[in-house]
Amino acid sequence: MRFIPVTCEDQVEMLRTVGLSDVDELFADVPEAARLARPLALPEPMGEVELAAHLKELARSNAGADDVASFLGGGCYDHYVPAIVDAVVSKPAFFTAYTPYQPEVSQGTLQAVYEYQSMICQLTGMEVSNASMYDGATAFAEAALMAARVTRRGRVVVSGAVHPEWRSTLATYVEAGTVTVTEVAAAGGVSDIAALAASVGDDVAAIMVASPTFYGRLEDLAPLAELAHGAGALLVVGTNPILLGVMEPPATFGADIVVAEGQPLGSPMSFGGPGLGVFACRQAHIRQMPGRVAGRTTDVDGRTGFVLTFSTREQHIRREKATSNICSNHALNALAAGVYLSAVGAEGLAGIAGACVAKAQYLEQALVATGRFERVHAAPFGYEFALRYRGDVAEMQRALLDAGFLAGLDLGRFSADDAGLVLFAVTEKRTRAELDRFVEEVGAL
Amino acid sequence: MSTHDRTEPTREPLTGTLIFERGAAESRCVEAPPLDVPVVSLGGYARAAAPALAHVTEVDIARHYERLASANFGVDSGFYPLGSCTMKYNPKIDEWACRLPGFAGIHPYQAEETVQGALELMWGLQESLAEVAGLPAVTLQPAAGAHGELTGLLTIRAYHTAQGDPRKRVLVPDSAHGTNPATVAMCGYEVVQVPSDERGGVDLDALRGLLDTDVAALMLTNPNTLGLFDENILAITAAVHEVGALAYCDGANLNAILGKTRPGDMGFDALHINLHKTFATPHGGGGPGAGPVAVTGALAPFLPGPVVGMTDDGRYTLVTPARSIGRVRSFLGNFGVLVRAYTYIRALGGQGVTEVAEQAVLSANYLRVRLGDAWPVAYDRVCMHEFVLSGGTMRKEHGVRTLDVAKRLLDYGYHPPTIYFPLIVDEAMMIEPTETESKATLDRFADVLLAIAAEAAEDPDLLHGAPYTTPVRRLDEAAAVKEPDLAWRPQEGAGV
Ligand SMILES: Cc1ncc(COP(=O)(O)O)c(C=O)c1O
Repeated sequence: MRFIPVTCEDQVEMLRTVGLSDVDELFADVPEAARLARPLALPEPMGEVELAAHLKELARSNAGADDVASFLGGGCYDHYVPAIVDAVVSKPAFFTAYTPYQPEVSQGTLQAVYEYQSMICQLTGMEVSNASMYDGATAFAEAALMAARVTRRGRVVVSGAVHPEWRSTLATYVEAGTVTVTEVAAAGGVSDIAALAASVGDDVAAIMVASPTFYGRLEDLAPLAELAHGAGALLVVGTNPILLGVMEPPATFGADIVVAEGQPLGSPMSFGGPGLGVFACRQAHIRQMPGRVAGRTTDVDGRTGFVLTFSTREQHIRREKATSNICSNHALNALAAGVYLSAVGAEGLAGIAGACVAKAQYLEQALVATGRFERVHAAPFGYEFALRYRGDVAEMQRALLDAGFLAGLDLGRFSADDAGLVLFAVTEKRTRAELDRFVEEVGAL
Repeated sequence: MSTHDRTEPTREPLTGTLIFERGAAESRCVEAPPLDVPVVSLGGYARAAAPALAHVTEVDIARHYERLASANFGVDSGFYPLGSCTMKYNPKIDEWACRLPGFAGIHPYQAEETVQGALELMWGLQESLAEVAGLPAVTLQPAAGAHGELTGLLTIRAYHTAQGDPRKRVLVPDSAHGTNPATVAMCGYEVVQVPSDERGGVDLDALRGLLDTDVAALMLTNPNTLGLFDENILAITAAVHEVGALAYCDGANLNAILGKTRPGDMGFDALHINLHKTFATPHGGGGPGAGPVAVTGALAPFLPGPVVGMTDDGRYTLVTPARSIGRVRSFLGNFGVLVRAYTYIRALGGQGVTEVAEQAVLSANYLRVRLGDAWPVAYDRVCMHEFVLSGGTMRKEHGVRTLDVAKRLLDYGYHPPTIYFPLIVDEAMMIEPTETESKATLDRFADVLLAIAAEAAEDPDLLHGAPYTTPVRRLDEAAAVKEPDLAWRPQEGAGV
């Protein structure tokens, strides 16, 4: 009864007030045949001491970021999270609240969302950001649906250089035939622009790419925007929010919708979730945007305040005609992102992103120099890159795990075409000493 | 009010000043670590102009967000009877658990042998949810209730397609949550509305009239959004199955029936469970939650991947079901939320979980009866974990709307109930006390609602003007749309 403050005596009195004598009478509407006639077969309850020990043991049996030096990325990154971030998101007034349906007692959440939206606009260069989606993959899928609504067209052309899990999420979302997807294979770790051009027509709602790509390479976005806009389609660009500290934002080149996995902005990796879906677009398209959005206004006394706005797009009002079915989003991760970006500032973000990029280039050159890896892509990269391993990838990764490293992502698990390729991500947390030791271990394989 | 009042010195409002307006141009908080390798530029891809972000020190940030937090209301602030949302207390050990380095610091693409503890936890949660649902197969992937609906309906769609029997329509009661019809549309089905009967349940005759072999599924919330358990549930699911359609349960209201009855035993084929409602994971100011989906054996092969399985030698492993609809998101689900729900279930055990439902339902009924005649209940009978009042009479007699009542509740220090939902109740006010409130809290809240009813009769304008004591008062929502201000931007030439 740890979390139930009603005493037995109170219970009896409450039952009496209701005019019943037994709790079971409250469930009289449940047909006999549907009742559970036995106790629930769940594990025995544990006291807090025992439970804490059990959880610690489960957690300890995993190799976490404190135990191994990680080069894993692919959308989830081992960035440092400043202590102030968790101090803020641990405030009960933030994390035990819900969607700010009553703005007069939710100004904390609403202002934090407004500030988050502002920061995302600054980072991406876009005019409007929503309050968050579930993750990068669902934001990407929703971008396709939104592009179809904006253009009243039914097909999207997707670059094969986009994260495979984003592409498969999109495929699932449109499985019912709401939108058709044409995938165009990547070339050299980036979009094959000639092949994209060949599959674009006046039935296309969007060209969908990512920069950096899944392979870590940077796309030349200007010709892609030209191609999309020339066909009357939108350009959807997935990106990495940390890299935007040093990379020209997609808006400069004409992106119409920008999405990202927001986990790098102050959320722990947490086995891949919860992160958040960053979603930003043009103001002109706001009525087709999915998700919640906060706006600044004033109260009856003229004080500045914030509200959820443009709600007529949403499911609770528009029902089957809503722009999306999303209701709960990832507000707490958006709060974390806002605190993170405030803590690092533009200079800190540039410094962090710059460190990631510099360390990644350093490692790439050193790994190639060992002779165990070879280059397969030529386009410039940010802080993630793929190399071909001259040998058995699984064996290499096992050996390096024993040496204390998570040695990159085996791309063969996503596609047979990429068998032998290993994707390395290098964050600001990796020290030169770690990189040098890793290279040494690779050399000794 | 004078700003020079002696008794009320001017204070900076808690909110309104943006983080961008705090600190000073040279203020810094966290700096990047010193670079120990040669600097590299992105060349032609390099950013030309820095983004305008805040310039603040750590103390600025700490104070800024502390002020924002004090302008917020959460479950730890007080009673939060927001119907349909199950705003129960969020145990602190759950928060501790999800932050353990072995959980928070692991990557979704690590080799399985390095994350056996995490997979064991997910497997254990799958098993527990399957038991509570009365359905054998569970996916933990969906990120929220609506995402679970999408997952469940796409699974049902794939099942019908595999039978060579794709169907066109999904039936949804008129009392359903907005996410239900929105999900149906995203899944490419036509929405057909089913009316409710005079007792608040599904109108069985109307349902039978709408069922045919083009119907893929009925989406039903049971207990429903009026807080009522549909007595005809077995007849409903049987009628659905008779035409080859499937029954989908929106599990938003699972808190009412834990251990008493199970959706699988009612004849449902698929169910989503909101961990952020039933299993005490925090609502986060709007999320993240998690919306695991449980299904029958017949639907199991179509679930999205990956799910956690066990090998013959007792190792945990990620598997993609044979005829999976594919991914519904990246990675493995909202693991941090799963850790919290697992912790909660392990703290309670089977009996503890059942007591949750018993107390949640008793507390709702107690409050319903305590409010007596002053507040007409839309469907006045024994309810489950919540009930819906109608403010229709109050509006007619005193010109006071449910919105006004909600705003007045803010002055008394309560978060208002859910208002204007479900749509079939005039001036609806949906109250869900949850099991984690004491009798004293319920009594005080009932007294306050009765006092507000008296205020409405005596001085309607008092309610029209409420709230008076909150950090801000009623906000101009029309202006927010007419002149959208959705993001702060640095002033031209201000050099921020
Ligand atoms: C009855 C009902 N169905 C579905 C949902 C949607 O759940 P979520 O917000 O987790 O997507 C809600 C919650 O808001 C609900 O109350």
